[in-house]
Amino acid sequence: MSIFSYNGAAVVAMAGKECVAIGSDLRFGVQTQTITCDTPKVFRIHDKLYLGLSGLLTDAQTLHEKLMFRHNLYKLREERDMKPSTFGHMLSNALYERRFGPYFAAPVVAGLEPDGTPFLCGMDTIGAMEKAKDFMITGTSPESLYGMCESMWRPDMEPDELFETVAQCLMSGFDRDALAGWGAVIHVITKDKVISRTLKTRMD
Amino acid sequence: MAESQYSFSLTTFSPSGKLVQIEYALNAVAAGATSLGISAADGVVIATEKKLPSALVDETTVQKIMTITPSIGVVYSGMGPDFRVLVRRARKTAQTYYQSYKEHIPVAQLVRETAAVMQEFTQTGGVRPFGVSLMMAGYDDNGPQLYQIDPSGSYFAWKASAIGKNMTNAKAFLEKRYSDEVGIEDAVHTALLTLKEGFEGQLSGANIEVGVVGPNRSFKVLTEAEVNDYLQEVE
Repeated sequence: MSIFSYNGAAVVAMAGKECVAIGSDLRFGVQTQTITCDTPKVFRIHDKLYLGLSGLLTDAQTLHEKLMFRHNLYKLREERDMKPSTFGHMLSNALYERRFGPYFAAPVVAGLEPDGTPFLCGMDTIGAMEKAKDFMITGTSPESLYGMCESMWRPDMEPDELFETVAQCLMSGFDRDALAGWGAVIHVITKDKVISRTLKTRMD
Repeated sequence: MAESQYSFSLTTFSPSGKLVQIEYALNAVAAGATSLGISAADGVVIATEKKLPSALVDETTVQKIMTITPSIGVVYSGMGPDFRVLVRRARKTAQTYYQSYKEHIPVAQLVRETAAVMQEFTQTGGVRPFGVSLMMAGYDDNGPQLYQIDPSGSYFAWKASAIGKNMTNAKAFLEKRYSDEVGIEDAVHTALLTLKEGFEGQLSGANIEVGVVGPNRSFKVLTEAEVNDYLQEVE
């Protein structure tokens, strides 16, 4: 049994035309036992920056708390929100600091830079960062998620189209995954608002 | 007088509420060569006298204005060795920030961290305050900025200011000359004229140092030839 598939998760993030969307499943389980269906794996850092974390849930939660700590101090000192690219680098650095006792979490960062360009990046558990112009995924069924995203993504999608695409990729992706699913939440981030939608899916 | 009884231990307040060691550190600064800075609408200039103890010193190896990041430079008045230690610390702070965030440290943040170091040395046992005041100049997303940091660790943002031997006269001169719409070229001229006021002898590229940062966000120490060119424009 892998530590990364102890809890189960599916996270998809995609870039559109001056917008990004990020979504995750809602299952919280311990191996085969499902405990709740209201545990999103996507967290808000600020209005233009969301973080998705898959892997061991306790590490995902702790990492999120530590990053909020750092971002809050940054906001107080610098009197501004962190840019998504800056956040990505900081996260990479923070993960590598634990190189020989890592957080068992794989993050996806999605946001809009101050000039409106979408920013997407993903990392492995020790902080190897990879930026993408199209989509980033992480979870317990990466092959399904990659397959769906690769075939469904197109450039320059408007926010509503982007939502539909992320929803379909997520849902079809985690349908074949026993450890992820049981509902989904998707956030679409644009210049002036964030629209969050919760999806009812197959509850198995 | 009673004050001197408290002047040996840095970490003890005197009855009047002063830390006498800091006062004395400020004296060390006031005995140092004059330095000044001017923040213009589109950049910052800092300058200092480079008075060498003897004509035999190889002035090309003496550098009083140092770069901390590509966009931030600093000059001092006071004790040279103390300055070098602070520059080392500031450079490390800036690089640590860059390693974490892959973004160059904003001027105000670097000033805050450096001032914190200077304050530490006024509250720790067994150390003495730094005998320098710093003039830090930089250009970041908030535009051109000029800060002064004192041995106590207090810092102020200035539109224009001077530290060191001739500071009162220099500041009076700057007060008369400063205007918000001044551009960087005019600011360099004003800086040179201000230095000239208190200078004994003839100003030249070999006995002053000038550093400039403009909208290109690249801090540069001017070469001797460049300084001489500006001096000619000012004559």
